[in-house]
Amino acid sequence: MKRWMLLVPLALFALVAVFLYRGLSLNPAELPSAMIDKPFPAFALAASDDGRTLTRADLLGKPALVNVWATWCVACRVEHPLLNELAGQGVRIIGINYKDDTAAARKWLREYHNPYVFDISDVDGSLGLNLGVYGAPETFLIDAQGVIRHKYVGVIDATVWREQLASRYQALLQEAGQ
Amino acid sequence: MTRGWLAALLLLGLTSIAHAAIDTYQFVDEAERSRYRQLTQELRCPKCQNQDIADSNAPIAADLRREIFRLLGEGKDNRQIVDFMVDRYGEFVRYKPALSARTWLLWFGPGLLLVGGALVLVIIVRRRPSAATPGQATLSPDEQARLTALLDEQPADTSRP
Repeated sequence: MKRWMLLVPLALFALVAVFLYRGLSLNPAELPSAMIDKPFPAFALAASDDGRTLTRADLLGKPALVNVWATWCVACRVEHPLLNELAGQGVRIIGINYKDDTAAARKWLREYHNPYVFDISDVDGSLGLNLGVYGAPETFLIDAQGVIRHKYVGVIDATVWREQLASRYQALLQEAGQ
Repeated sequence: MTRGWLAALLLLGLTSIAHAAIDTYQFVDEAERSRYRQLTQELRCPKCQNQDIADSNAPIAADLRREIFRLLGEGKDNRQIVDFMVDRYGEFVRYKPALSARTWLLWFGPGLLLVGGALVLVIIVRRRPSAATPGQATLSPDEQARLTALLDEQPADTSRP
């Protein structure tokens, strides 16, 4: 048997070790969204503040963050101040009030300030289902044509915004400006 | 006051469990019921990752069950229903991944490893210079004589203290 053959098990071990080591730092709860680069699904739902009907057409024109939230979602309360701050900086944020009580949602937005340009009331979760939402908060980044370009699952904090979302949002703004 | 709130929260938790437990549907026939069962066991809950949606109490799993029931009612076939879920939640929701360029290794990898291992085994066994061939088992007259001499010596050796 050739000498180099003795190294085969070591090489195999090294290969497996590399994959397993990588696996240690992967988060299994982070699912790649199936919706990336797909158009935002069509919908006709009431606005949570005044009940007027909102459709997909209302999303178009400018890039936006579409934030899926609910009053039952504790983590949404955590990220809310940052959303307010971003809205203050002129970031266009659209809310989807996911499987929630509309009265509670109104109260929440009155008490904690409303960062949303408008807030879609998705009481039975049908829009959420079409978006592949499996919890809250989840945030989609859509371009001016209403195509979903990025999805972030979990609480957006200052670091997440700075490192993952801000540059993408800026790029979409530039894209829309051209 | 806090106690009251805690109790209310606990009760709230209980209602969701109870709700999931009475999540029953009226099916047209037995075939539809078994398709529902098959689909809910084949699709994975996106929130609670190691459960299928039949098994899970998560609200999202209940939503997906309801959606499957609705799609069955609309006369969609199993493939269309699975595609509907995959379009929204990605390949992840399949417990039985589709055979594609990305998944062939998953499907055939174990078989390939088995065949590969068997081949290596066969090659090693074939190449090994076999000690059992009859040509080498017989001794030359010289060797035979030495063997007999050694064997004759042995009783004397072992009787020594």
